[in-house]
Amino acid sequence: MFEHISLAWRNIWRNKRRTLITTASIFFGVVLSAFMTSMQEGSYEQYIKTVVNFYSGYIQIHKAGYWDDKVINNTLVYTPEVERTIRQTSGVTMLTPRLENFALASSEEITKGVLVLGIDPQKEDSITRISKKIIYGNYLRPNDNGVVIGSGLAGFMKLNVGDTLVLIGQGFHGSSAAGKYPVRGIVKQPSPELDRTVVYMLVAQCQELFSASGRLTSVVIMVTDKDAVPPVFQSLKKSLGKDFEVMDWQEMNRILLKQIESDRAQGVITKGILYVIIGFGILGTIMMMVAERKKEMGVLVAIGMQKSKLASVLVFETIFIGMVGVIAGIVASIPVIWYFMFHPILMTGQAGEMMLEMGFDPYLSFSIMPSVFYNQALTVFIFTLIIGLYPVFIISRLKIIKALRN
Amino acid sequence: MNIIEITDLHKVYDQEAVPVWAVNGITLSFEVGEFAAIVGPSGSGKTTLLNIIGGLDDPTKGNVVIDGVTINKLGGRQRTDFRMKNIGFVFQAYNLIPVFTARENVEFIMHLQGKNKNERDKRTKELLEAVGLADRIDSRPNKLSGGQQQRVAVARALASKPKFILADEPTANLDSKSTENLLDIMEKLNRNENITFIFSTHDQRVVNKARRVITIEDGAVVSDIRK
Ligand SMILES: Nc1ncnc2c1ncn2[C@@H]1O[C@H](COP(=O)(O)OP(=O)(O)OP(=O)(O)O)[C@@H](O)[C@H]1O
Ligand SMILES: [Mg+2]
Repeated sequence: MFEHISLAWRNIWRNKRRTLITTASIFFGVVLSAFMTSMQEGSYEQYIKTVVNFYSGYIQIHKAGYWDDKVINNTLVYTPEVERTIRQTSGVTMLTPRLENFALASSEEITKGVLVLGIDPQKEDSITRISKKIIYGNYLRPNDNGVVIGSGLAGFMKLNVGDTLVLIGQGFHGSSAAGKYPVRGIVKQPSPELDRTVVYMLVAQCQELFSASGRLTSVVIMVTDKDAVPPVFQSLKKSLGKDFEVMDWQEMNRILLKQIESDRAQGVITKGILYVIIGFGILGTIMMMVAERKKEMGVLVAIGMQKSKLASVLVFETIFIGMVGVIAGIVASIPVIWYFMFHPILMTGQAGEMMLEMGFDPYLSFSIMPSVFYNQALTVFIFTLIIGLYPVFIISRLKIIKALRN
Repeated sequence: MNIIEITDLHKVYDQEAVPVWAVNGITLSFEVGEFAAIVGPSGSGKTTLLNIIGGLDDPTKGNVVIDGVTINKLGGRQRTDFRMKNIGFVFQAYNLIPVFTARENVEFIMHLQGKNKNERDKRTKELLEAVGLADRIDSRPNKLSGGQQQRVAVARALASKPKFILADEPTANLDSKSTENLLDIMEKLNRNENITFIFSTHDQRVVNKARRVITIEDGAVVSDIRK
């Protein structure tokens, strides 16, 4: 066996230039697709991280039916038992309450629809890090009776830190809601939509405003990472019962995940086309190799080498050509991708604005997860196996006499 | 003892408009230790005959029995195996594996036979010494002259300890000095080790060295002379 592998290895270097050109095409294909895959997967990771960390969390608990009809009447009663049940579920690392509702905000002359978000400042901050995005004034303190508003909203309503924001709306079961709140800080949210509408206040104050004492729209739950979600999700579902709606990040971000899936599928097609082109290059090389060596193959079978063994040598040659390209490609792309992973590319112009628009940081992130590389290796390997069928076919039909007369 | 028995052998090529009887009723036998030349004009059927004896081609009619085995009745895999164990081939164009050194070319068939390293090393050295190439053991074919390559080919053919060696015009590509040299080696192997050689040739000097000369014309034996 070793003899055959050694023969195969030496055979591919008979025509050095041709082998190098072929492996170079594989090399560039691998580098390109690894780069592309890394960029795609990196953005997906970033998108998911953004929505999970800055908005949905990994798991949310609502009153049953809230997700489909997000109104203040569909709020859950946050009893100490409920809180204890959640807190005692193993795997839960953090939880924070939210009460959100729409209201009208008015200053001197201007009135505007806003999203009022009642939060626990400390807990919320440890998940969504709002305090880091405060550009004027301060973040909410415990027992604060003021509000923090988005910079877009502040600009629109010409509000500064220290000014008063008036909120009017409808509370729990149609009660009327109204209140006056000093602006403590102005936050710059990357998502323009949020930035234009958000008003943060303490959850207790929010409950009071909307006459929804003890009620929440959601409890946001964090776990160590996304792999830790399923068991926590399952046990919460069981322990909370059917009055509650337990949702994981995938369910809450279904649209985003669908978009990722379709983007990934597009990538697969692009890379597939690239590899098919490269595959034809390899096939051409293998066809030439086989044609040139017909006579020699006839000799080998004549002196007693089984066709199956001969075919395995040719298959090894095909695989070797593929693997030389793959290994070179992976070795070359690791440091490049590694670099970009720590130095993500800042997107400027339209693309960057579009990302901002969607609420993401305008950076092209890269992923170095192993599948970025082994997918390339696997793809090339499968292609070379398929191409390897060609010499197997030719050898199976090889007529010694004809080959010898070549 | 007859090592090869050929009875009523026919080979017809009928792809063309007119069928060609390349071998037309040959009955022959060879004994262990023969040094036999097959001669005849171009197109007389020498190559076809040797190919059928070696199991590389199938007869249209008749049989070739080697040491009790009818080679033309063996299936593909078995026949390949049979060739590996019993027949050594030398070709006109040497046909060594270009990426292998002389040593590796000789060793290769012993790998196929599953011989262990000691045996392979020993026999390779002996054989390359016997063909006068002990000093070129690690040279690749492209670093060897035609005559040297053909000597490696003879060593390769002997490596599997075959029952006989078939050589189709082994000297056709060689100059007269290399031809003489190769024939000396073949003769010596034949005399000292009782190795059976059956070869075809056009070359009168080669014919002169043979101890049996079989002349064929139009696919049939016209004379068979033992000296
Ligand atoms: N594959 C083939 N298809 C058709 N005819 C063939 C084929 N091989 C050989 N022949 C014919 O069979 C006859 C014998 O050919 P063969 O090659 O055996 O002759 P030869 O004695 O070896 O000739 P040379 O001395 O030129 O090598 C020739 O007429 C040749 O044209
Ligand atoms: Mg001939």
